[in-house]
Formats: sequence, structure tokens, C-alpha cells
Amino acid sequence: MAERYDAIVIGGGHNGLVNAAYLARAGKKVLVLEQRHLVGGATVTEELYPGFKYSVFSYVISLMRPEIIRELNLPGHGLTILPLESTLTPLQNGEYLYRGSDPHETRRNIARFSPRDADAYQDYGHTLFFMAKAVKYMLGIVPPDPTSLHPKDMLGLAALGKYLTGLREDDIYNLTKLMTMSAVDFLEQWFETDVLKATLSASGIIGTFLGPRSPGTAYVLLHHYMGELDGNFRAWGFAKGGTGAIAEAIASSARAFGAKIRTEAKVSELLVKNNSVRGIVLDNGDEIFADTIVSSLDPWQTFLNLPPNGSMPEELLTDIRKFKFKGSSAKVNLALDALPQFNCKPENSNFLRGAISISPSLDYLEQAYDDAKYGDFSRRPYMDIIIPSMIDPDMAPPGKHVMSCFVQYAPYHLREGNWEDKREALGDAVVNTLAEYMPNIKDIILHRQVVTPLDIEERIGLSQGNIFQGELSLSQLFFLRPAAGWAKYRTPLKNYYQCGSGTHPGGGIMGAPGRLAAMEILKDGGH
Amino acid sequence: MPLPTPFHTRTAQHCTSAQWRNWSGYMAAINYQYTHDFEYYAIRNAAGLIDVTPLYKYEISGPDAANLVDRIITRNAHRCKIGQVLYTPWCDDDGKMVDDGTVQRFSEQRFRITSATPNLWWFQDCAYGMNVDIQDISADLGALALQGPKSRDILREVVKGIDFNKLKFFYLAEGKAGRIPLVVSRTGYTGDLGYELWVERKHAEKLWDMLLDKGQKYGITPAGLNALDISRIEAGLLLLDVDYISSKHALIDARLSSPYEAGLGWAVNLKKKRFIGRSALAREKAAGSVWQFCGLDVSWPEIEALYGKVDLPPLVAGVASRLAVPVYSGSRQVGQATSITFSPILKKYIALATVETGDIMPGSKLSMEITVEFAREQAEATVVKLPFYDPPHKRS
Repeated sequence: MAERYDAIVIGGGHNGLVNAAYLARAGKKVLVLEQRHLVGGATVTEELYPGFKYSVFSYVISLMRPEIIRELNLPGHGLTILPLESTLTPLQNGEYLYRGSDPHETRRNIARFSPRDADAYQDYGHTLFFMAKAVKYMLGIVPPDPTSLHPKDMLGLAALGKYLTGLREDDIYNLTKLMTMSAVDFLEQWFETDVLKATLSASGIIGTFLGPRSPGTAYVLLHHYMGELDGNFRAWGFAKGGTGAIAEAIASSARAFGAKIRTEAKVSELLVKNNSVRGIVLDNGDEIFADTIVSSLDPWQTFLNLPPNGSMPEELLTDIRKFKFKGSSAKVNLALDALPQFNCKPENSNFLRGAISISPSLDYLEQAYDDAKYGDFSRRPYMDIIIPSMIDPDMAPPGKHVMSCFVQYAPYHLREGNWEDKREALGDAVVNTLAEYMPNIKDIILHRQVVTPLDIEERIGLSQGNIFQGELSLSQLFFLRPAAGWAKYRTPLKNYYQCGSGTHPGGGIMGAPGRLAAMEILKDGGH
Repeated sequence: MPLPTPFHTRTAQHCTSAQWRNWSGYMAAINYQYTHDFEYYAIRNAAGLIDVTPLYKYEISGPDAANLVDRIITRNAHRCKIGQVLYTPWCDDDGKMVDDGTVQRFSEQRFRITSATPNLWWFQDCAYGMNVDIQDISADLGALALQGPKSRDILREVVKGIDFNKLKFFYLAEGKAGRIPLVVSRTGYTGDLGYELWVERKHAEKLWDMLLDKGQKYGITPAGLNALDISRIEAGLLLLDVDYISSKHALIDARLSSPYEAGLGWAVNLKKKRFIGRSALAREKAAGSVWQFCGLDVSWPEIEALYGKVDLPPLVAGVASRLAVPVYSGSRQVGQATSITFSPILKKYIALATVETGDIMPGSKLSMEITVEFAREQAEATVVKLPFYDPPHKRS
């Protein structure tokens, strides 16, 4: 007899697993199908060099929703989030900017550049707290469609309207600025110090194909502040065991609720009858049937690749084809024989347990973007670096280290040549850039893995290597994510749902799309 | 003025926060760093190094040593093997707890007892007529707790003469770090894999240096009392004069606790014919206790909702609280929570509490007082069995 489930979730990334766990928790018979040999999608830890564990793609846990951590009992399934609370920006002249958990120490550090900025920093943090609070509400709701007259949408809009009018005046003004300004313009309301503006604005360009002076980048910057709202719940930090441990914990929770997870099972097509999904076909030809199919893949995969030809309205397909991916980032993972030595000597010796940002100036970031605009990778890229083995000793053999470098910009579309040929050149550019701040780096590298946008696409199926399953630009957020009219996790095909980062509220290891989609599916009766 | 411990030259160097507490007359770091976060996670994830020298330490030796220890403690000292360690309370004649601590057996006729408060007079009084020698060696010995999943890896590199594969939970062994003789007991106050190291004070600094040197690659981190406090609450371990009051300090009878009431009934061996407090404890066992010790898992959604009412994110203190608060069943107060903390590893707000016996058992829904923006509120608290956190590597 053919296999049959209440629900099949396509893709075992963190959102697919969260979705499956919630459906299973509600008593559904759920099967997760993952094409790779391990679950996690972009949240995987792999030992590519003996004894050294890489968080190959995503490297920090950003905004994992506290309710997911709690409702799925992720700590009970092994999730431990370790603190990561400082950022060092080294400069080439041996100077540096250090910001840590001690506000007085941070103030002293900024004051070396500008006493005014040092004091303004508090006010900036205060404002962002209110911004994060304002936006947090929106992250937790299914986006109502403003054009719809459906009672659910009307109610949703009324609630949203009530919420927004309940905000303080300043918050509404600031929120509008945040949604429309560039990260730099937003920051210049407070700061004059170049390196401070550069480092803060860098969180506004992560995963986008925009520069810090491009409008719309201010919003992305806010994402890094959301974790503050969880107080000491700390949904932000480094997952013990690397990001793969997050996926493992969610998978373990899903299994405990009764979900089945099958790896090395690539779905090639949906089975559709009378405009309703009935199951899927694996690439080995096996058919598996289910009442509900949920795709955690990105919008291109979900709408363009999986449904059979002719089963989706053409206008929607046109919209989805125009959904912007434009992968812009790469990852370089290093196994190190020893710790890197820095040109600068921060007074706080714990700086290696925090993030290291290669963002010495705004012009540096803009120049990195300039290279990419015309189809080259940045010769001297922006980097967000962590040394996981300093935070979790199990990531590398004793005394050895792993270093994770998030690299931007590395455009998916190269002007000349292809990524197969350019991969090591990118790796060299990264190492050469690192050497400007860490003179011993070349002598201590035992192994290097360069992950290009093409690698991201080919290995884990994120179109064009976009880490967020589509840019987090204003035109692709909220009721427009992934397309107008289809932001509520449903699709034109009956019983076919979407739950990936390409849906509201977007990317990062947050789990919110997976959870919100599960709630909607269960509301619909969870066929 | 509190005294420096034998490790002070080293702890002072690491204590960049300059936050010290007077612990039994010694300077003990509260946090070495600005916050306790890294120190706490070192205990749970790598190895935390805690200066526990201020514990009181007594050496009991002589032909009647085992008889005396057996007379004092509620567990059977005669069955304590050489090289074994017992955690135990000890009581007064009324079966009320005087203190709790560990008993280490070195030979047929030699024991060491650690305790939270001074006990020399009590031990000496108990030894009346016995052929035994009792020494207060508190000031002679430095003590370090090395706690966390990497503690064994570090000790393997530092200590020779001990087979750490064979050193079981609650056993001790003697070895050498370089030329320094020391005692290593597989004990601790964190509920994690961990060891306590006992060393003559003149060797203290050298031992610290060796541990830091070899431990660096395993993430060894000096940890202060704030990190220790959170860990011990997660482990469900009692703190004297916080979770219970010594019968030697209690001003009123209502403040007395028996081992049964403090969750230590498992450590009362009524098969022993004689020990101090036995008859009272036997009576209590037969009649049932009035109080019980338990864990409370305070509902996070309710805490979020309470703070949400005043438009704040949940601001529950990052450090453990020792301010007791009432615990209710419906509108009736049924006890008090005495140690309260947010557990970073479990992501739960947890408390150690003393509540009435009777209907209250694991799974019971009580409520605990919580102050939100100066207003007294209550949040649902589910009674749970202790410990809250019990990783398999603790005993591995």
C-alpha cells in the first residue's frame, strides 16, 4: 500500500522542521523530506576537516522565537545558546573599536573616537529598543492583506491599525525613517565616527545586494536588535555545536511529537489533481501521498519548480519570477592551528569570544559594494567573523580553532568567468584581507572551505545563494512576501502551503515562518 | 576586613569587575567579568574554576573517628568506603538540621568534613568521651572547584597518579600536580561533571597557574559566586541560611527544618541504631512531615504577560535571587520560594521552594509572587522534581 501522511513537509531546514514539529504536536502524521544526507538546510554543522566542525552556512542564531524554543522544548532536546556579546572592529593602524556587554567600557572605547558619539550611543540603543518593540508585533502575526475585504483580513488590519496608532509619536516617525532610509543616514542622526557608523551599518547590508548608503538598509539593521526584547531569554548568540545543533534539536523535538524525517529524499514534483495537491514524487520515482503539502523551500522552488506546469496562475508566476534573490554573500570557513594574533590589543581580553567585524570605514564598505555592483567579488570584502571554538570548545581539537567568516560582497552573477574558477581567488582575497589585521593568519590555516553563492544554491537549494530566501527589502516584506495576495502561507493550489524564509517575516534562524504557517494550516483544518 | 584566600593573588588578577563578597571572612569574587554569563556557561559548556577555600574543613582522626562521624551524620559512616565521599546533613537531638556538607574518608581512622558554617564546637561536643582528634584545617587548605564537561580533560593533563576513568562520582583520590600533592574529589556544587581540589595553602598559587595554563585550550574560566549560584539552583542543591536555616541560628521554632523537610530524606538512614536526632527523625518519618522541599517551574508565558501589561519585556534578574517570596495555592499561602533564578540553559524561570505536604506533589499548579514594576503579582508555578538540570555527563 502506498505511504500516506496527513502532511508532508518539503525541505528539512529549520523552518521546515519547526513546521513539522508543530503539525506533529497537533497530532498530525507528518513526514519531512530532506534532499541532503543531514537535516538543517542552511543550519548545518559539518566536520569537513577531521576534528574541526564548521557551521558551514549560517553561523549565529539570530532571532529564534522564544515561544518556539519553549513550545518545542528545544533546551530539552539539546539546544544551548551561548553568549556572543561583543564586537571588535580592528583598524589597519593598530587602532580598534570594541563594544561589549559593559556599557562603561563600550562608552570609553567609543569616546576614543568621539566623546559625543560615546554618549549618543545610549540614546541610539534606547531608540532601537522602541523600534524593535514596534516591529516585533508584526513579526508575530500573519500579515493581513490591505486590499482584501475578507473579515479575517479586516480584523487583522484593524488590530494592526490599533497597534500602530498606539505607538508613541516618536516611534511612528522613527519607524517611517527606518523603513525608508539608508543605514548610514539613519545612523548619522546620532553619530559622527566613521568606524562606528560603518560597523553598525554593516548589519544593515548583511544578505542584501545593497550598500550601506542604499535606501532601505536601515530596516535590516534593526533585526540585530530584536533579541534585546527577549531579555535574558537570549534568543541571540551562538548555538553550542554550531548551527546544526539547532536543526538537530528541532528535529529531535519533531520526532518526539511523532514526525518522521527522511533524508536523501529529493522531491521532484507535486502530485496535483483538480487544483489540489495529493502528494509528491521523489526523484527516484516513488510517490508519497498526503492531505497537506508544505514547502519550506524558497519561492522559486515552491512556485516555479515543484508544481506541475499549468497548475499556478500565470500572473503569480510572473510576480515570483521577479522576486529578488541576488545572492550577495559567501562564507569562508577556516581550521586554524592556533589563535590569530591581532595588530590591535583590546583591553578586554575576551574579545575573541565575540564577533569581529571587518568594516573599518564607510568608504571601505561602499568600495566593497562597488566591486559587486559591476559583477566582481569585493577585493577587500566586509566580513563578520566569529571563532566558534573560543565559545564552544567542542568545535575544534584542544588548542586548535575554527573561524567562520561571513563575506560580502560575492555576487551570484559574475561579470567574468564562473564561480568554479573564482572560488579560490575569493578565498585568497578573504585571507589577504584578514592578514591586514591578523598578521599570522596565513601561517596557521590548516584547512579552508570557500562557500560561494553558487555553492549555496547547488548544495542547499537556496536560489542564487540568497541566505534569506529572497532579499529583505521593503518591497519584499510583510504582505508582499513572497507575492501580493499570497503572504499568508497559502498558495493557489488547495492544501499546498509555504513555510520558508521566503514568507513573512523572513530569514535568519528565527523559525517564525515555520510556526506561523503551521498555525494557519491547523486553522484550515490541517487536512 | 575579609581575608585573602591562598589564591587571592591570582583571583584578584582575573577579577576585572572588582566585585567581591565576604564569604565566611574571605574575599570571594562575585563575578570576575562584568556579567556572570561567560562564567556560568563555562561551568555548563567548558570548565569553570571556582575558589571554594572559604568552606569550613575539619579533619577527624583516631580510633573513634568512624564512630564519631557516624554519630554526627544521618548517613552510615561505617559503610563509607575508603576513598568515598558522602554528601549528608547533620542534625541536633530534635532532628533539625545543623548543617550539611561532605564527608571524605581517607583511611579507617581518618575523615574530613566540609561544612558551610563553623562546626568545631559541635563536633567536639558530640565527641565527648571518644578517642578522637578533631582539627579545624579550614585555614590550612586551599580548595578549588573545577566544574564543567571539560574538567576531566584538564585534570588529566595537570594531575598525575590518578586514573580519572576510574574516579567515580563522589569518590576521591590523591595525586600530584607537578610536585604538589593534592586531593581530588569528584564532587561539586553545580550538578555538572566536576571535581574539587584540596591543596596545602603554600601550593595554592602554583596549582592555580598550572590549571589555567593547561586548561586554556579547554576554555577554563575563573567563575564567581553568581555563576555558581545559578548552577546550584539548577542542580537543586540547598544553601544553608537561604533554603533552610541552621538549628543553631534559628530564632524561632518555625524556622527549623528537618532533612525530610529539606528534601534530604534519602540521606537519613534510620537503620542505623544510633545517631544524633534519630528518635525525632524516626517519629517524623512515621507521622509525616509538615513541609517538603521542591522545585518550581514558573510559567514564562505568564511572566511575559505580567510584564506585557506594563509594556515591558520580561525583566527577571540575570542573577539568582535569595529574597524569599510567598507561594500560593489559590489564595492560600502554602510556603515560600527561597532561591529563584532564570535558568540560562533550560530557558525557564525556576525556584527552590518549601511548601506544605498533603496534596501538593509534582505536577501541582501553585503560584509564586513576582514583583513587576513595583506591583506584587502572581505567576503560575508548577511543582517539579529536583534537580532541574541533570546532564548525563555528570556521572559519566
